[in-house]
Amino acid sequence: MNDAAITVEPDALIQLSGITKTYGRGQAEFQALRGVDLSIRQGEFVAIMGPSGSGKSTAMNILGCLDTPTSGAYLFDGVHVEDLSRDQRALLRRNYLGFVFQGFNLLARTSAQENVELPLLYRGENAEARHEIGMAALRSVGLAEWAHHTSSELSGGQQQRVAIARAIVTNPKVLLADEPTGNLDSKRGHEIMELLVSMNRDHGITILMVTHEPDIAAYAKRIVHFVDGQIAHDNENGGAA
Amino acid sequence: MMGWTTLLLALREIRRNLMRSFLTVLGIVIGVAAVVTMVTLGNGATQSVSDQISSLGSNLLMLRPGQRMGPGSGSLGAPSFKAEDAEAIRAQVGSLKAVAPTVNRTTVVVVGTKNWATSITGSNSDYFTAGNWTLAEGRLFNATEERAGKAVCIIGATVRKELFEAHSPVGDLMRIKQFSCEVIGVLAAKGQSAMGRDQDDTVIMPLRTVQRRLTGKQDVNTILISMQDGASSEQVINQLSLLMRERRKLSDNEDDNFSVQDTKEIAKTLSGAIGTMTALLGAVAAVSLLVGGIGIMNIMLVSVTERTREIGIRLAIGALEKEVLMQFLTEAVVLSALGGLIGILLALIACYGLASLLSLPFLFSPGINLLAFGFSAAIGVIFGYVPARRAAQLDPIEALRHE
Repeated sequence: MNDAAITVEPDALIQLSGITKTYGRGQAEFQALRGVDLSIRQGEFVAIMGPSGSGKSTAMNILGCLDTPTSGAYLFDGVHVEDLSRDQRALLRRNYLGFVFQGFNLLARTSAQENVELPLLYRGENAEARHEIGMAALRSVGLAEWAHHTSSELSGGQQQRVAIARAIVTNPKVLLADEPTGNLDSKRGHEIMELLVSMNRDHGITILMVTHEPDIAAYAKRIVHFVDGQIAHDNENGGAA
Repeated sequence: MMGWTTLLLALREIRRNLMRSFLTVLGIVIGVAAVVTMVTLGNGATQSVSDQISSLGSNLLMLRPGQRMGPGSGSLGAPSFKAEDAEAIRAQVGSLKAVAPTVNRTTVVVVGTKNWATSITGSNSDYFTAGNWTLAEGRLFNATEERAGKAVCIIGATVRKELFEAHSPVGDLMRIKQFSCEVIGVLAAKGQSAMGRDQDDTVIMPLRTVQRRLTGKQDVNTILISMQDGASSEQVINQLSLLMRERRKLSDNEDDNFSVQDTKEIAKTLSGAIGTMTALLGAVAAVSLLVGGIGIMNIMLVSVTERTREIGIRLAIGALEKEVLMQFLTEAVVLSALGGLIGILLALIACYGLASLLSLPFLFSPGINLLAFGFSAAIGVIFGYVPARRAAQLDPIEALRHE
């Protein structure tokens, strides 16, 4: 472990130090990340931008504990994620992370309510608690009366709201959003962003969001630019909201 | 995730794809139905055969001259028995209930204008004990009639039906060849024998009457011997053989010129043959269970591919490998167990119908039903494991990207 290289910031929730990620071998070798250092505090709203191939998606997968770095250290709330097993990372995701995807990724032919309750199922909550907490989450995204509709009966904006409800239903420390407005028109996109901003402001959920649209990134308090597998700029942002 | 929740999820998934789920388990349904039907009907057939054989008489031994069983040439050359042989057996062999020397002759009997060819048996009143016969009306022979060879007869249900009207035949006369014979009793019907012969097509007279008036000889064909309950047939057969060898003056290096058949042995042999057939048919049917299992594996593999994105979502949300494994395994097991249940239901309906069609008893055996159910569930585990493991080991990032 290269502990010596890590400069731990006292109140950092997430700390990446010298993260690299290499795909393939030999001639086909491709370095997606070339030494990324990033520190994120509790309660931040960070937008990650960059052209395609810049490594922002790879960084997001590593931050979301879905992937492991080739080298470097990832401290999540003081835990070395790069040392965790597949199941341990699954437990970390289950207990501390929420995901919102570009394609919504709701379960097909399943009601909004069941979708939202899914993470609670894996947490072992009983049916009554699942129902109660799930409905509260749906209410917080304004879809309480759509609870029994399946995903195909919901509009894109509504589906993304259900996905956000599913992401926050476990009250996670960090919400990771991968192009959350990518499949939506700009009006719905801005509504979703308002919702994310309120989640960050009112519930103190740390949000990491990948986007390539500057006006969407403008909602974040901090914007990190990736270019060629490295961080090019890391700026505080006034926040448009 | 709790087991109960997993089960509910599996049921929900099966309901979501009802048609496909049904087609998936069709192989199991047919396999289980075939196995259970075969075995249940086979058990019924075995039961039916042993019932028929025990209707011949319980603990019955048949002593015949010659070495081969069955009708025809077997007794050629071997001397017949005499009535005295039966007396000697009665006197010298222990644990016996009845000893009935018999002689048979097929003859036409005439009543009024009707005639009927039937089998006439000469014997004594032990014959009815040995053959498990009961009287429907009238009485059996008395000692005087047996000793004197009186012309009295007891008729079977078929003879009664063919020759007499509805009124009671007791006291009526039947003409047999040149003599007349008084009907003193009618036997209760026994039905077909295991070999398909009508046992009720018979007339029984005292042994001496038949010997004097029909065969004209002192010979006895078969001696029926009924053992007491719990008697060891082996021991009785040994005593019988020794006695007969002695009476027939056989030296040590001569083979028996008589044979003793144990109806229990015949029943055992026949049941064994049917059991073998049942096992064979059951095994053929079991092959379709295997095919059904492969069908389940095939569909589960397709299902895992189809649901790759769903699996990705579950993994991203924090499902453990073993939870995804359990989910898909449970689905396969629930699917195949349901198929097993449906198969058992179908089999019971089929057995019920076929048993009455084939006039076999319907013997419900919990054992084979439980076994078939357990086996179908096991098929779910075996053939569901590979697809479930494939699902559990998916890479969440790849799975989420899957279109």
